[in-house]
Amino acid sequence: MSVELRNVRLPLAHFELEVDATLDGRVTAIFGSSGAGKTSLLELIAGLRRPTSGLVRLDGTPLTDVATRTHVAPERRAVGYVPQEGALFPHLSVRRNLLYGFDPRRARPGGLSFEHVAEILEIGALVGRAVGTLSGGEKQRIALGRALLATPRLLLLDEPLAGLDAPLRERLLPYLARVRDEFGIPMLYVTHSPDEVVALCDSVVVLARGRVTAHGRPAELFQPATTPRYELKG
Amino acid sequence: MSAEAWQITWFTVGVAALSTLAILPFGVALAWLLARRDWPGKSLVETVVALPLVIPPVATGLLLLKLLGRRGLLGGWLERTFGWEIVFTWRGVVVATAVMSFPLLVRTARVAFEGVSPRLENVARTLGAGPWRVFATVTLPLAARGLVAGAVLAFARALGEFGATIMVAGFIPGQTATLALSIYHLVQLGRDTEALTLLGVSVVIAFGAVWLSEWFLRRRPA
Repeated sequence: MSVELRNVRLPLAHFELEVDATLDGRVTAIFGSSGAGKTSLLELIAGLRRPTSGLVRLDGTPLTDVATRTHVAPERRAVGYVPQEGALFPHLSVRRNLLYGFDPRRARPGGLSFEHVAEILEIGALVGRAVGTLSGGEKQRIALGRALLATPRLLLLDEPLAGLDAPLRERLLPYLARVRDEFGIPMLYVTHSPDEVVALCDSVVVLARGRVTAHGRPAELFQPATTPRYELKG
Repeated sequence: MSAEAWQITWFTVGVAALSTLAILPFGVALAWLLARRDWPGKSLVETVVALPLVIPPVATGLLLLKLLGRRGLLGGWLERTFGWEIVFTWRGVVVATAVMSFPLLVRTARVAFEGVSPRLENVARTLGAGPWRVFATVTLPLAARGLVAGAVLAFARALGEFGATIMVAGFIPGQTATLALSIYHLVQLGRDTEALTLLGVSVVIAFGAVWLSEWFLRRRPA
């Protein structure tokens, strides 16, 4: 898998997103502080935003090419997108959320069946529930399952663990690793957590104010840190 | 209640329902365009649509009268093409109430569409749904409460319309006499008892419409 971004430009509120990079890891982290343009970059790859110039290619096929006025609509890209906090459809049941993008006529590689996805994400018991009764972690697993069942060629995850507390993040991380190992769908993983980059990703792009400032393997760009931590006595 | 009162009641409800149904597709489409798209002339259209709310209904009625009369720009064409007479007919009542209630529908529906998170629509697109499927399965159901509220507001406005209707359709018993026009007419003639009966009918219909919409909204929790 490779996502090629050639001289892609997109004006944002305070700066311009300006990226020229080839992302070809199994799981590529897009790392940076909030407001660095990470989400905009995902939306651009998903086709939800159009750059003012440049070219976006997935495995050699142009998705967006400003020069030739090519713009493949988001629904034809087979690029899955899990936005922050999942964005489940509140008016649909959990089952109908999961099946929203599921097309039984389409060929599904690598065991991407409803049952298998439900088993990997351990969401079988949630299927009968209403969306409003799910916890934050459950919602994220459903959103992930919903994206997987639409058989994407590429999966975009926007800080899937950001809204959750630390113990819950620890519990959800293995699910993401299982999705990575089980289905072989390449992922772009937006995060501002170095721990998640090291735990999950094999490639990382560092984004600051709309520009790539570093690109490499997590081991090259991150080192173990001991931050001063306090805890309650007794 | 007299046969005449029944006739006036059914005529009024029928006209209000017809005018609400007639403006519903256009009002919802325009509201969506205002909420979700930027286009040249948008603020001009916004202002024109809001005009019936701010200028006196009688003035709006006069404008429609000039436009829809036999020698009017639109009226002449409608009569030649379809053989439709608008002014001083039941059609005139429908047009007047439709124009007067249109801004209420558009405003309420626009707020409803603006309340639907674009993130949900975006996710639906990435799940393979084209723009129409997104509208039908995400936008419309999530805006439904507001759309129903807008339709009820438009219907209520149409029930009570007076100023524009009297200009465009006049007061012709059995043909253009609505509840509001009849109440005014009866009071002018000193037939207060009959006027009070029609007042009672108006209250019952209004109560029913509001109750029905509340029931509908309760049925679909947000």
